Amino acid sequence: MNAPEKAAVFEHRHAGHCETGVSAGLLRHHGLELSEPMALGLGNGLTFVHLPFFKVGGLPLTSYRNLPGAVYKTLAKTLGFKLHRETFRSEAAGMAALDAHLVAGHVVGLQTSVFWLPYFPPTMRFHFNAHNLIVYGRDGTDYLVSDPVFEHPQRCAAPDLAKARFVKGALAPKGLLYYPERVPAAIDYARVVPRAIRRTANMMLRTPLPIIGVRAIRFLARRIEKLAQGDSRYARLFVGQIVRMQEEIGTGGGGFRFMYAAFLQEAGERLNHAALKDASRQMTETGDAWRAFALAGAKFVKDKKSQDFAGLSAALNACADREEKVFRFLLKNL
Amino acid sequence: MRKTDVPQDARPEYGGERRALYAVDDSGRYATVPSAGWRADAIVNQQAVEEYGRLAAEALQRAREGSASALEFHMYDRRMELETLAQVTGLWRWRVRRHLRPAHFARLSPELMRRYADALGITVEQLGKLP
Repeated sequence: MNAPEKAAVFEHRHAGHCETGVSAGLLRHHGLELSEPMALGLGNGLTFVHLPFFKVGGLPLTSYRNLPGAVYKTLAKTLGFKLHRETFRSEAAGMAALDAHLVAGHVVGLQTSVFWLPYFPPTMRFHFNAHNLIVYGRDGTDYLVSDPVFEHPQRCAAPDLAKARFVKGALAPKGLLYYPERVPAAIDYARVVPRAIRRTANMMLRTPLPIIGVRAIRFLARRIEKLAQGDSRYARLFVGQIVRMQEEIGTGGGGFRFMYAAFLQEAGERLNHAALKDASRQMTETGDAWRAFALAGAKFVKDKKSQDFAGLSAALNACADREEKVFRFLLKNL
Repeated sequence: MRKTDVPQDARPEYGGERRALYAVDDSGRYATVPSAGWRADAIVNQQAVEEYGRLAAEALQRAREGSASALEFHMYDRRMELETLAQVTGLWRWRVRRHLRPAHFARLSPELMRRYADALGITVEQLGKLP
């Protein structure tokens, strides 16, 4: 193996989620200290979506976060930095461009598939194409990867990384490579925090369709109750998928609700705003309610004898009630 | 979630890696806390993995009986289903569905065989075989 060709000095930080972790990591590298919860909050990452007709692996999509790429884009607009993005027609061009950036000492974000990354545990490897990671160097044929959802930096062989970057299909990355430019030196929290919270609260409370926000949670609760009349194996897969999206797919726990509570806490401290700190505590309780739902969901999946549809539905409605309360409180007290 | 409530149910398949969860300490301050895993999380992950395992086993049985092609087995074995396989190969779903039948699969051109093999991350030789 060759000596390290070039590796920028990059501090790996363990994060709850890939996109918020990569956003915070890249901005920090460019001199702007930003916590992961701030990236989530200011990037409008939190939401709740249930799309009954959009199927993933035969099951409707349920998500606790905004669309892939949305956090990064919203952050750029909110904080006023420029988003440098490159996609590629061919694998060779994409890998050559990555190498050129590394030789120049750049640290870049990449969009990849999860399935083709060999450092992921085999049980976690599914065909999800909107994973984000940072590459900060190359050592021979291995790339040095800071994948924020991993505790330690990882390595990835060139052919594997190429495959993961150029997989086709839904949310195909097309080799997407990105980094921020013209990053501001400081953030005017007093200006950006209330706007960001208002955007998220409006999305959670004031959507016209019952597939986004608090109404979507209640809609899902009703659907779960109706599952009682259908195939029980499908019901278990349906519920299992929701819990996976909440806890397994790097959310920092409670479907991003704890990370959002951390954002509210930090915002409250920076702005010396008592209501935000209070809202943070309420959001923590919301996250706890989601954890209770996940536990009930896992029991539902495992224990085929006691299929408590009504109980699961009630646990979800409890989450919806808490979310509605905390976002109304935020809108009133901002 | 309090720091002390962060689940530490060992997940050997993590290979010693932990995941970061957000939790509050005794004074109510948030920070990330490494978690070794959570029972609830393990159950739903295992369910998803086993579902592909079940589909692959059934497809293998059908392929051995001659009512399905090897492609169907390899598709589920690589955690894909019709929709995903059609997307990653860039083929129409009805075409892929046809290729799941043994007679059509046997007549596939080398070019299409390579396309499927690449999408599944296996060799053309492996694609034609059953375990």
